[in-house]
Amino acid sequence: MKSHAQRLIAARLGLALLTLLIVSALVFALTGLLPGDAAQQALGQAATPAQVAALRHQFGLDQPAVQRYAQWLLHAVSGNFGTSLSNNLPVSELIATRLPNSLVLAGLTTLVSVPIALMIGITSAMFRGSLLDRVLNVLTLSTVAVPEFLIATIAVLIFAVKLRWLPALSYLSDVSSFEALLRIYAMPVMTLCCVIIAQMARMTRAAVLDQLNASYVEMAILKGASPMRVVLRHVLPNTIGPIANAVALSLSYLFGGVVIVESIFNYPGLASLMVDAVTNRDMPLVQGCVMVFCVAYLALVLVADLCQIVSNPRLRQR
Amino acid sequence: MNRPATHSHAATALYAVSENESPQGDPSLQEPLPEVTAKRRGVLQRLVRRFSVLGLLGLVIVVFWLAVAFLGPLVAPYKGGAITSTEIFGSYSAAHPLGTDYLGRDLLSRVLFGTRYTVGLALASAVLASCIGTFFGLLAAVSGRAVDEVLSRLFDAVISIPSKVLALVVVAAFGSSIPILMGVAAFAYIPGAFRISRSLAVNLMTLEYVQVARARGEGLLYIARVEVLPNMIHPMLADFGLRFVFIVLLLSGLSFLGLGVQPPDADWGSLVRENIGGLALGAPAVLMPAIAIATLTVGVNLLIDNLRRRAGRGQGAA
Repeated sequence: MKSHAQRLIAARLGLALLTLLIVSALVFALTGLLPGDAAQQALGQAATPAQVAALRHQFGLDQPAVQRYAQWLLHAVSGNFGTSLSNNLPVSELIATRLPNSLVLAGLTTLVSVPIALMIGITSAMFRGSLLDRVLNVLTLSTVAVPEFLIATIAVLIFAVKLRWLPALSYLSDVSSFEALLRIYAMPVMTLCCVIIAQMARMTRAAVLDQLNASYVEMAILKGASPMRVVLRHVLPNTIGPIANAVALSLSYLFGGVVIVESIFNYPGLASLMVDAVTNRDMPLVQGCVMVFCVAYLALVLVADLCQIVSNPRLRQR
Repeated sequence: MNRPATHSHAATALYAVSENESPQGDPSLQEPLPEVTAKRRGVLQRLVRRFSVLGLLGLVIVVFWLAVAFLGPLVAPYKGGAITSTEIFGSYSAAHPLGTDYLGRDLLSRVLFGTRYTVGLALASAVLASCIGTFFGLLAAVSGRAVDEVLSRLFDAVISIPSKVLALVVVAAFGSSIPILMGVAAFAYIPGAFRISRSLAVNLMTLEYVQVARARGEGLLYIARVEVLPNMIHPMLADFGLRFVFIVLLLSGLSFLGLGVQPPDADWGSLVRENIGGLALGAPAVLMPAIAIATLTVGVNLLIDNLRRRAGRGQGAA
């Protein structure tokens, strides 16, 4: 009875795995094969050829590319991304200490942004063409295009420099009370929310408008249902799929946004770890971070797809 | 205020025309040609009528920044790298309209010189991304299922690496230089252009006139070039504008992290980074470059929104 939906879900899972495989090959090709010599990098200009050759052997750089990729992939699957070049700690350990921080940041941002964005999107769709809709349209349109660091610097200027309400940098070690937690997370979350809310609201509006044009909505209006009831009872259940998609897409934008936000507020998350790794050209660490980002992205998209499948009764009945 | 005076006096304008061989100048000053003037005025009026107030604002902003990108260094009051004031993080003054930066350089000149990098680099990358994406999109649409499937999977994989993260990986691998930045910005946004052009082309391929062309025995190249491409150029142009906005944000984000345009050159993102130390002082040096980015991207967005709205109304779709 459920076989059709199950088959679809299995297909989506397979597709996600295939994508992950291609991504891993791409990332490995970019970071492991092309950029010359990690051994030379690590030892610097003054190293003798013999030293370089020895280190190359130690890193396994003298083996053929395909073999190195296969080895790297096997290790990566078991969670072992090798050792960080700059501080000799296992990459997985470094990631494990930073990942929870980033997840907390992302989670808080989601909690704040999704309800606000849905409200804005649905409201402007209900009152389409009105002044409110047009104002919201221009507002969200502009916010999407504003760089995160402008929002962040303005926030710092207002709340940390002028008003002195919030600290300009995030030191997680200071967290002792709920209030302290709020003070630290307020600005990073606010900055991330701005861009994401705008994007999500626009996509939600489009999804709801799409349904409002359908004939069953006209029918509902003709039989005398109130606008509120039309939207909540008739339209919303039909837009769960597209809205889940919009939410997932916007949240995936988080992964880009955190890179900037974590650096500005000196927040000890995964993205700032990756920026440091890039600055130090610490390839194993970069590879590990990218793969975590990609897995997170694919998981988001997969969840959105599943929502779409599960929320579609036509797929359930067959 | 430093913009070159445009034909204020008839005499100077005439001289300017003969000396600089510039084709501009009031057409009424050259030989009568009443029809041309009438036609010009008609075009201008139609142009104005086609734009809403906000769309016009967007157009003005975009044209302004494009002009600055070409003329900026010529009209800048000081040389880009020259230290002209003993005061660092100075505020607005007659000698330095936008204040001074962390070394006492004139910020207006820095911004004017930086425009070339921000606008030029993003424009080049956006052209590359759109052209390559459209090419592969067309290829996927007109060729068989196998090619389509392979290309789609590949580009889906690239899209699942967040663009900022992808850019970080490439910069980690190859270092940061102008060609690398251009390449990575283009590469990161090819998949988006591919997706859109592919879906447009696939829809066009089902239309009767394409099937007629096929029945006539036209080659794939002919169908792609003559039947499909001209009909998708308008949506692709709007998409090109969006891609430009994303690329501006990506590149200035990279520069903000210190991984984009390298000193002594500076785009707007680097300017924000250089002067971030002045944030606590509330110096205009931090805000102005960030605001410049925001005006550019918001301007482009307003322009596109206006164009899309018109196009949508033309086709009768919302």
